[in-house]
Amino acid sequence: MAIDPIIGTRIRDIRLDQEIRQADLAKMVGISSSYLNLIEHNKRRIAGKLLSDVALALSVAPERLSQGVNTSLLDQLHSAATNLSAKVELDRAENMAVRYPGWAALIVAQSKKLAALHDRVQVLNDRMTYDPELAGSLHQVITAVTAVRSAASILVGGERIDADWQARFHRNIYDDSVRLAASSEALIRYLDTPDTNGPPQSAPVDEVETALAAVDYHIAGLERAGQVNIPKLVKDMTPRGDAAADLMTRFLQTYHADAALMPLTKFAQTARDADYDPVALSHQFHAPVDAVLRRLSSLLAADGHLPMGLAVADASGAMLFRKPVSGFALPRAGAGCPLWPLFTAFGRPNQPIRAEVALPDATEQRFLCYAIATPVGAAGFDAPPVLHATMLIIPDPAQGTTEPIPGGVSCRICPRDGCAARREPSAIR
Amino acid sequence: MSKRVLLIEDEPNIIEAISFILSRDGWTVHTHEDGMSAMDKVLALPPDIIILDVMLPGRSGFDILRDLRATAETAKIPVMMLTARGQARDRELAERLGANHFMTKPFSNAEVRDHVRELMEAT
Repeated sequence: MAIDPIIGTRIRDIRLDQEIRQADLAKMVGISSSYLNLIEHNKRRIAGKLLSDVALALSVAPERLSQGVNTSLLDQLHSAATNLSAKVELDRAENMAVRYPGWAALIVAQSKKLAALHDRVQVLNDRMTYDPELAGSLHQVITAVTAVRSAASILVGGERIDADWQARFHRNIYDDSVRLAASSEALIRYLDTPDTNGPPQSAPVDEVETALAAVDYHIAGLERAGQVNIPKLVKDMTPRGDAAADLMTRFLQTYHADAALMPLTKFAQTARDADYDPVALSHQFHAPVDAVLRRLSSLLAADGHLPMGLAVADASGAMLFRKPVSGFALPRAGAGCPLWPLFTAFGRPNQPIRAEVALPDATEQRFLCYAIATPVGAAGFDAPPVLHATMLIIPDPAQGTTEPIPGGVSCRICPRDGCAARREPSAIR
Repeated sequence: MSKRVLLIEDEPNIIEAISFILSRDGWTVHTHEDGMSAMDKVLALPPDIIILDVMLPGRSGFDILRDLRATAETAKIPVMMLTARGQARDRELAERLGANHFMTKPFSNAEVRDHVRELMEAT
């Protein structure tokens, strides 16, 4: 068995952090200093009782030495660094997270806050730039101000103006001031929306995902037989009632149709019996594969089901829906790994794809992915094909028989060499 | 015969004020309020310089400027753009399309007079 190249380093870092001499630690766990030295330099393997003893002596959990920090935290630290193109010692990220978990969490939290603020600035910037109502109001205000300024300058300019012209400019100024007052009031009314002082106004898709995450992507109200009130559910889940409500309506209608085709009690049991095989379930319930993938993702881990993530994308790579699953980061837009079955499915429409994806973390964590790309909308001879791909993600499958796809999360934080799909250099190598 | 300024602008009170100050400076001011027929007006005159608003009914000032520069008879007429949008990209677009000057509303009368005079001297 290979030596984990980092356990010894972790022991050394924590020991030094606690200012314990090597000889003292060796004595505490009943080994020689020279042997501990070999362990700390990763030249001897450490496991079992000795690992537990060392962990006890250092007052840390054994897993902290054997597994370090969770890969999700590491990914987030890497993202925090690369998002700002910061020149930091990325290869020391794990050590830092082990030694200073509180600081690491703070960095991640601040990075997320920065990202949220950035998004808010983007939303406001878009609003200022593209919002036709705002642009129209501002244009009216500026136009009126220009006319007032110009006429007033003429009147106070010192040159002689005949009475008729004076009267005209006076009238123009009055008219423009009335117009300016009305435009200004309209502008203030428009800007003084209830959300001005509230939380950042997220994109509609984010609002929908946040609302769904709050119920773990399982809509109990749509699992019962009989009539359901989707508009009321939409109103409850997306109270702002804007574009998010439209997206939520579509999501709930699809969910409702899936639930009607695959009723929960029977589907949950059959899924367990079929070992969560989407194609088998598709045959069993006479349901499209993409509907089965969606339905599987709605099963609750709290009910003993496998944790399952879901991603839906269009052919441009834009993410239409994301249900995250631990360890598999799903980008918000267009920055994922093109090797994911989610994207390769577009090359084989209507054919289900099953593949394992390994992510380039310390453990090469594997994910079983089922994906299919299906046409959207009514068929037509002359219309361009519109496809959506759906991918179910199941972490840590039983070891498969085929080699996993060496995928990544995003090129920026992917260390893989020689990847034909790479679109930009990695920032962590 | 005094030189001719064509003011293409749809806001009546701005038209009146600019017309007044430029007329007082001795220029002959013609005005036009519609984007769609602006090129016809230019070709019919043609003016010595053009003051062109960006946001016009029918057609934007940028589109008109593009046509002006692509038409042999109007390609060299100096154009001063007026806009309520002072964004850098609008300014850059105006420059790329061949505007001689770009002025953001609200402007001062003195600015208008000075730039018209400069452009006239250059013709």
